[in-house]
Amino acid sequence: MPKLSYLKALNRALGDEMTRDESVFVLGEDMNFALTNVTAGFLDRFGPDRVVEVPLTEQGFTNFATGAALAGRRPVVEFQIPFLLLLVFEQITNQANKFLLMSGGQRSVPVTYLMPAAGWRPGWGAQHSDQPYSLFAHMGVKTVLPATPTDAYGLLTTAIRDDDPVVFFGPLASLTVREDVDYADLGPIPLGSGRVHRAGTDVTVVALGHLVHEALAVADELAAEASIEVWDPRSVYPFDWTGLAESVARTGRLVVFDDSNRSCGMGAEILATAAEEMRLTAPPRRVTRPDGAIVGAVPELDVVLQPTRAQLAEAVRAVLKSPGW
Amino acid sequence: MTAPDSVALYRMIRFIRRFEERSVDLVKSGEIVSGVHPCIGQEAVSAGACATLEPDDIVLSSHRGHGHLLAKGCDPARVMAEMAGRVTGIDKGRGGSFHPSDFSANVYNATGTVGHGSGIAAGIAWAAVKAGKSTVVMSFFGDGAVTQGALLEGFNLAGLWNLPVVYICENNGYATTLPVQTAVSGTITGRGEAFGIPSSTVDGQDAETVFAAVSEAVERARSGGGPSLLEMRTYRYHGHHTFELKTRLKYREQAEIDEWRLRDPLDIQAARVAADVRARIDDEVERELDEVVRFAVESPRPDPADATDHMYADGFRPRAGVSL
Ligand SMILES: Cc1ncc(C[n+]2csc(CCOP(=O)(O)OP(=O)(O)O)c2C)c(N)n1
Ligand SMILES: [Mg+2]
Repeated sequence: MPKLSYLKALNRALGDEMTRDESVFVLGEDMNFALTNVTAGFLDRFGPDRVVEVPLTEQGFTNFATGAALAGRRPVVEFQIPFLLLLVFEQITNQANKFLLMSGGQRSVPVTYLMPAAGWRPGWGAQHSDQPYSLFAHMGVKTVLPATPTDAYGLLTTAIRDDDPVVFFGPLASLTVREDVDYADLGPIPLGSGRVHRAGTDVTVVALGHLVHEALAVADELAAEASIEVWDPRSVYPFDWTGLAESVARTGRLVVFDDSNRSCGMGAEILATAAEEMRLTAPPRRVTRPDGAIVGAVPELDVVLQPTRAQLAEAVRAVLKSPGW
Repeated sequence: MTAPDSVALYRMIRFIRRFEERSVDLVKSGEIVSGVHPCIGQEAVSAGACATLEPDDIVLSSHRGHGHLLAKGCDPARVMAEMAGRVTGIDKGRGGSFHPSDFSANVYNATGTVGHGSGIAAGIAWAAVKAGKSTVVMSFFGDGAVTQGALLEGFNLAGLWNLPVVYICENNGYATTLPVQTAVSGTITGRGEAFGIPSSTVDGQDAETVFAAVSEAVERARSGGGPSLLEMRTYRYHGHHTFELKTRLKYREQAEIDEWRLRDPLDIQAARVAADVRARIDDEVERELDEVVRFAVESPRPDPADATDHMYADGFRPRAGVSL
C-alpha cells in the first residue's frame, strides 16, 4: 500500500476538489512557489486564475474571498502563520460566518481557511506558535483539526464542499505523519464525527490534533496498568458530543489532552459538557497549554509549557486512582 | 454617455427623502427597534450613482444604505419591512437596517464593519471577470472608512488586478461626531491615487453631476479600464443615527446645517422638473409610501422558535442548556 503523508493528503484533497469542481480556487502568499508545499505542482496543473498569488494583505484577501464566495466561487485561503487567523478573526467570525444568517438564508459563504502548520514551531518564538482553534469553536465557526493523513484528506474535502465557512487546522507536528492508505478508501468525512483510535475500557482520553499521536504512545506505555480509549473529535465545531458520550459511557472516566490555552479552551468545554451531560464516575482532568504565550525562541523553554506525555500519564493515573466524586 | 433622466432622478430623490422621513417616524413609534442612520441630505449620491447601473450590476451598501437599496431597485416595502424586523423583509428580519442584502436586486452586502466592503467588492468583481461577465461592482462607504486599513487593502487588490469596481466615498463631513478634517491625513482621493486608481471629488448634492461622474467610472470599469474612486462631497441633515433625537451631541453648529440646506439635493433636482410634474410625482410617492408603511407594519414578526434558522447551511445543532 502506498504511504501518504499528511502534507501530501492536503495536496491531494485540494487537487481532487479543484479537479472535480471548477468553482474551487486557492489563494495565498507565495503560491507561485508553493511555499507550504500544500499546493505543490498546482500552478502548472490549474494555472494562475485558480492558484492565486496574493500580496501580504490578509484582511484584504480574506474579505476578497468572502466576495468571491458571494459571487459563486469556493475559495480556499491559505495562511502561513497561525496569528494571521487572529488578524482576520473579525472577517471570518463576524462577516463570513454571519452572512447566511444576516441575509435570511439568501446566500452562504463557502470559504475554507486553511492553516497548514498550526501550533508550536521550534525556536520560532511566542508570536509564531499559536493554536487558536478554540477561539473559532467559541465563535461557532466550523473548525476541523484532523490528526492523520486519511482524516486530513477527508476533512479538507468536506470543508471545501461545505456551504459554510470552515477553518482547517493542520498541526505542524502532524504534517510529517505518514500512513498506509489505499487511495480508493480516501473520501469525505462528515463534520462532527469523532473517531476511536484505540478502544479501551478504563478511561477515555480525548486527544486533539497532533496530541492524538502522543496519546496513543501513552496508551501503549500504560497498557499494563490501564485500558485507555483514545478518542479524537476530529472537528471541534461542530463537536461529536454523542460519540464522546458513548465513549464515556463505556469508561466512566475522562481526561482531555488539548493543545489550547487553558482558559475557555476546548478542554474546558469538553469537561464542562461531560460534567453536565455524561455519567462520569470520577472527576475528569485536562492537560493543556497554560494561558498566554508559548514563550519560545529556545525549544527547552517551550516544551515545558506544552502538554506532555508525562502530564497525560500522570492525569490518567490520577483519574483512575480517584475514589470518585 | 446617456443623458440623465431628470424626472426619474427627481422621483428617486423624493422617494428616498420621504422613505427616510417615514422610517424616522417608525423609529419614533417603536416599529423600528434598531433606530436608523438616515441618509437625508445625501439622496443625490444614491440616486445619481445607481442610475448609471444595469440590473446585473452589483451594489455593496453601508450602514447608511437605505438610499442605495431603493435606488438599486429593491422593493421598498420589503426594505421597510426588513428595517421593522418583519418576516416579509428582504432578509426575513435577519439583516435589519444596518446589514441588509437583497440578491434579487443584486445588493450583495452591507457589512457593519466600516471600510471592509472594499475587499469584498474586489472579490465579487474578480469572480465576475473570471466568469467572463461584464458586471460592474459599486461599493459605497463613508469618510469614516478611509482611515481603515482594510479599505486600502481592498483598493490595492482592485488596482493591482484592474477590477471593475466603482468605489464611492460619501464624504458627509463626519464619522459619527468626528469631523473629517480631524481624522484624515492627506486627502480621500489621494488614497485612490496611491494605488493607481483614477480618483476625483464630485459635488454630491447635484444628482446630475453625480450621474455624469459615475457614468464615466462605470464605463471605464465595464470596458476593462479598472477601478475608480469618487469622493462625493455631501452632508447629512439628520444625526448620525436616530439616537441623536434623544441625545444632543454638539459636534456641529446649526449654522453649518443651515448652510448645507441651501444646497438641498431635493431642491436642486426639483428646479429641473416642471411644477405640475413634481406635484404628480410627490403625490404618487406619498401614496406608494402609505402602502410601503402599511405593508411593513402589518407584516408578521418572526416566530422566536425560528431564531436559529439560517445560522448554518446544514442547520443548527442544538445543545443542552441553551434555549432552542
Ligand atoms: C470598523 C468599525 N469601526 C467603528 C464602527 C462604529 N461605527 C458605525 S458607523 C460609524 C461612523 C462611520 O462614519 P462614516 O464612514 O463617515 O459614515 P457615515 O456614518 O458618516 O455615513 C462608526 C464609527 C463600525 N461599525 N466599524
Ligand atoms: Mg461620514
